[in-house]
Amino acid sequence: MEELALHILDLVTNSIEAGCTRVIIGVDEDIHSDSLTITVEDNGRGMDRDLLTRVTDPFATTRTTRRVGLGIPLLAEAAGICDGGVTIDSRKGRGTRVIARFRYSHIDRMPLGDMPATLTAILGGNPGLRVIYEHSVNERRFTLDSEEIQSKLGDVPVSDPMVLTWLRGYLKQSLDEIGGARDEVSGGPRKDPQGSTGEDEGPRR
Amino acid sequence: MRVREGEKETRIVVGMGTCGIAAGARDVMSAILAELAARNITDVTVSQTGCVGLCEYEPLVDVIRPGEEKVTYSYVNADKARQIVNRHVVNGQIIGEWVIARKQ
Repeated sequence: MEELALHILDLVTNSIEAGCTRVIIGVDEDIHSDSLTITVEDNGRGMDRDLLTRVTDPFATTRTTRRVGLGIPLLAEAAGICDGGVTIDSRKGRGTRVIARFRYSHIDRMPLGDMPATLTAILGGNPGLRVIYEHSVNERRFTLDSEEIQSKLGDVPVSDPMVLTWLRGYLKQSLDEIGGARDEVSGGPRKDPQGSTGEDEGPRR
Repeated sequence: MRVREGEKETRIVVGMGTCGIAAGARDVMSAILAELAARNITDVTVSQTGCVGLCEYEPLVDVIRPGEEKVTYSYVNADKARQIVNRHVVNGQIIGEWVIARKQ
């Protein structure tokens, strides 16, 4: 995985396989306190204590627990080397919440990546799933609720490819406006995301 | 999954397990959605699935046209995905060289 957005897609796939109908995805870029926090919270079937203790162990996976594989261990590894870590809360029958924390400026922290592509892939591949997305950059905040969009669209589903084409552009613009996901330049955060004019301050890869 | 009797819509299923995502499944999904939008195709259902145990052949894409067998394509990328939409989903021509499995 080369983007945190891909890890988020992976976590949401776990949620979907746990039978969730609603998933809340949070990205918190708190540059002031040098932290990046990713949260994925679902209302799926949840895990019992036994399974919960094993999800971070890639070698404990069995056929009966197929939804548990390399995804969580890879994320835990990525967070661990960035002075962070992964915590998982889960209650059987209620849902699961995965929180991944990273030091924002850590040299090894992979970039957030293309969140609009991740979100449209989730919405496109899972008609009827309610996706709530909350992205903050310091005190600036963007929120999207697929149910709100659906209520405005009427009969056309949010998962419609033409709606998603529009949505992807809208998300990109909205995240640009709050200064989100501007971390493609390796070596840490941009110096002044708040005072930015929206122009690139360094080479992008 | 099996094709249900009387199903009218073509279904496209993208493998989105950890293995699929790591191999590029998100780009494949994006390309499929963009191609469907560009061609104004509305009678196709897109969905995602998890790991099916063929991790080394990811990204995998299934195409299930009504009344036809399920065709699974391997090593799909954005360009192949667009061609799968155009040649198979729209025109009904299976792209044999990319197929890894067929199932009634």
